Amino acid sequence: MSQWVIFDLFGFPYRTVLMKTNGRRYCQKPFKCEELERLVVKKSDNYVRQRGKYGAAMPFGNTHNQMKMNYSSDQEYPDLSKHNNHMAKILTPAMYERLRSKQTPSGFTLDDVIQTGVDNPGHPFIMTVGCVAGDEETYEVFKELLDPVIEDRHGGYKPADKHKTDLNPDNLKGGDDLDPNYVLSSRVRTGRSIRGFCLPPHCSRGERRMVEKLSNEALDSLTGDLKGKYYALKNMTDAEQQQLIDDHFLFDKPVSPLLLASGMARDWPDARGIWHNDNKTFLVWVNEEDHLRVISMQKGGNMKEVFNRFCTGLTKIESLFKEKGHEFMWNEHLGYVLTCPSNLGTGLRAGVHMKLPNMSKHAKFEEVLKRLRLQKRGTGGVDTAAVGGVFDISNADRLGFSEVELVQMVVDGVKLLTEMEKRLEKGQSIDDLMPAQK
Amino acid sequence: MASSFTRILSSKRNVGILSVVGGSVTAAFLLNREHVSAGVPVRRIYPASAEYPDLRKHNNCMASNLTPAIYAKLCDKATPNGFTLDQAIQTGVDNPGHPFIKTVGMVAGDEESYEVFADLLDPVIKERHNGYDPCTMKHPTDLDASKIHSGQFDERYVLSSRVRTGRSIRGLSLPPACTRAERREVERVVIDALSGLKGDLTGRYYSLTQMTEKEQQQLIDDHFLFDKPVSPLLTCAGMARDWPDARGIWHNNEKTFLIWVNEEDHTRVISMEKGGNMKRVFERFCRGLKEVERLIQERGWEFMWNERLGYILTCPSNLGTGLRAGVHVKLPLLSKDPRFSKILDNLRLQKRGTGGVDTAAVGGVFDISNLDRLGQSEVQLVQTVIDGVNYLVECEKKLEKGQDIKVPPPLKQFK
Repeated sequence: MSQWVIFDLFGFPYRTVLMKTNGRRYCQKPFKCEELERLVVKKSDNYVRQRGKYGAAMPFGNTHNQMKMNYSSDQEYPDLSKHNNHMAKILTPAMYERLRSKQTPSGFTLDDVIQTGVDNPGHPFIMTVGCVAGDEETYEVFKELLDPVIEDRHGGYKPADKHKTDLNPDNLKGGDDLDPNYVLSSRVRTGRSIRGFCLPPHCSRGERRMVEKLSNEALDSLTGDLKGKYYALKNMTDAEQQQLIDDHFLFDKPVSPLLLASGMARDWPDARGIWHNDNKTFLVWVNEEDHLRVISMQKGGNMKEVFNRFCTGLTKIESLFKEKGHEFMWNEHLGYVLTCPSNLGTGLRAGVHMKLPNMSKHAKFEEVLKRLRLQKRGTGGVDTAAVGGVFDISNADRLGFSEVELVQMVVDGVKLLTEMEKRLEKGQSIDDLMPAQK
Repeated sequence: MASSFTRILSSKRNVGILSVVGGSVTAAFLLNREHVSAGVPVRRIYPASAEYPDLRKHNNCMASNLTPAIYAKLCDKATPNGFTLDQAIQTGVDNPGHPFIKTVGMVAGDEESYEVFADLLDPVIKERHNGYDPCTMKHPTDLDASKIHSGQFDERYVLSSRVRTGRSIRGLSLPPACTRAERREVERVVIDALSGLKGDLTGRYYSLTQMTEKEQQQLIDDHFLFDKPVSPLLTCAGMARDWPDARGIWHNNEKTFLIWVNEEDHTRVISMEKGGNMKRVFERFCRGLKEVERLIQERGWEFMWNERLGYILTCPSNLGTGLRAGVHVKLPLLSKDPRFSKILDNLRLQKRGTGGVDTAAVGGVFDISNLDRLGQSEVQLVQTVIDGVNYLVECEKKLEKGQDIKVPPPLKQFK
């Protein structure tokens, strides 16, 4: 049996083929790593010896990615013929070939990015994103794939566009007077990621625990009406758990295959938990789909107060992190960086639960929402049905508009929908109220 | 590793040239193209103690054996294919287990996992396989069906007979770790070999991605079709990635010899038929396996096997023979006898419902099969099942006549 070693142009061992003496191929095996190390160390003094005897890079470093390079790009390219998500529409075989040898400094690879999209072909009517980020650098290293995905998902947002961040609640006009006869509750949520840590699809247990620890330290320092308490999922008592369920605060292990396939639910419920203030109006989820999900909510229609508390709380939390030498992942192109590309920019969903029994049956309901840049969901959140004519109405956009702009859209839109509902109650027409496309 | 370094080197060369020409702005731009921009901290590295999983509420073999010391020793290691300890134990961390059933809690990503992570896998194997010590003992392999005696059951009681095992192709990663190309290579190698089967083993392959509706319905009616795993024990280990790419079912025209490709293992081989002729089922099983092995060897491949652990499969619980020989048998009276469990225990058998593992028995019909996998040969295990089921049927007959039954003495475990 003879062994052939093929070197690439720069003298690094590329692949090895074992041949039986009768010329038949025995099997194409990658180097055992001891051999790889021996050859590479001899060839180059610049080769940075990374941790791990068998050639593993940093913990979760992806030696495996290099083993895949033994196969051609065509052999590895996923079968996306039955798929309908943003990733599948954009990832051509040529793009796959260009990107597959890359990895972020923490070892996140193209296959890691797209795994959830490969495993979940999607729905014929709903376009899911089909990719996730494992760390902040993912959006740089895999720009070629993620920029068009972002452009598609966020209404034409270009790679050179800049995103404006505005968390000054004084800039919001009105919003304290949404009609409580129709608006039952108001809520604003967003997410934040802590710079320097991998995101939920890729983080190690140690990192996740550190995110929890840092978040706890910051949240513990909040005072006034933001003062509150942390409930770790794994230490919760039965009584605490029941109370959190009754308050509609408790999140459970994700069951959606979209989330599971990306690896976010690993090690559940380690380092996951819920923090909320004593008034139960400001809530933070730790290590669910993102490092932090921040939620401000209350019954009734005072969106201004909700947004006020939201901005104050977020700004305070950010400064507490900065005191300890940490910051949120943010840049002027993508705004706040989160796990799912659909949540980039503001990551903000401002919404109300409102009664629209007549409006919802109107033929123009969808059109009105579209023009107002709003979306409807059932009262259980995404993918649920509306109960009793009560809808969750929120902003459709995340990126390309500031937080204030998005909440303004919701406030103005909800006011108009209330008007329309009142007209329909009286049997009057709403044609003169039809809005222009925002 | 090679390719990304060559890219870095080549871009640095370009940088060198352009900085002479274009200045530092260009250099900075090009440097940033491949790397994180300066100022963003590189991902932190944590000591093993910070990474050690919280296993206090866990009840599986992995959790019982993974001490912080073993974790610290193994957590930096990876197999030559890059499979790490954290990947191996992920399924056990994510699935604490059941207070009454002890799952294994870890998987192998490739053949080398059993060497690289031996410090953890050896005690897990020992615990799961009732004391079989991989460090000192050898596993016997015996696929000579002629050694079986009394292999015909009373068909008034035994409704069907079945033998299954798994085989892995040496040189390719196992389902938790394999890449798409590797999985497709497994499919190619296996169906290439199976197309060489002749006689009563002649058959056809049905790929999950290309199956027609009609074929799908036929396979469901025959109880052959397997679906995407839903059990979190399997999905957390990563076996269901890229479903249904490169998965499929092969069966012979007579529908008595069946192979699953790329489900929980590279291949699962099943021989079955209605009635009680276990000898014939096992004979076909051995013949088919040997033929498949010969066909892949002709093409330069072989099965994963060693004399310590026998046939290597994804789950440590299936090492050795990977064999489950079983029957569907009517035991309405015996199953109500309080001594039933003890009798099964002593005969080294286990019962399951007629839907397989985790299902209930319907109409007093039980799935009775061997408990052991490792430490005894295929012939020994099938003989154990035959002797045991014959004894159970005798007990049932006695109870029908109103006579009393005896609990047999426990069988010796490792022969």
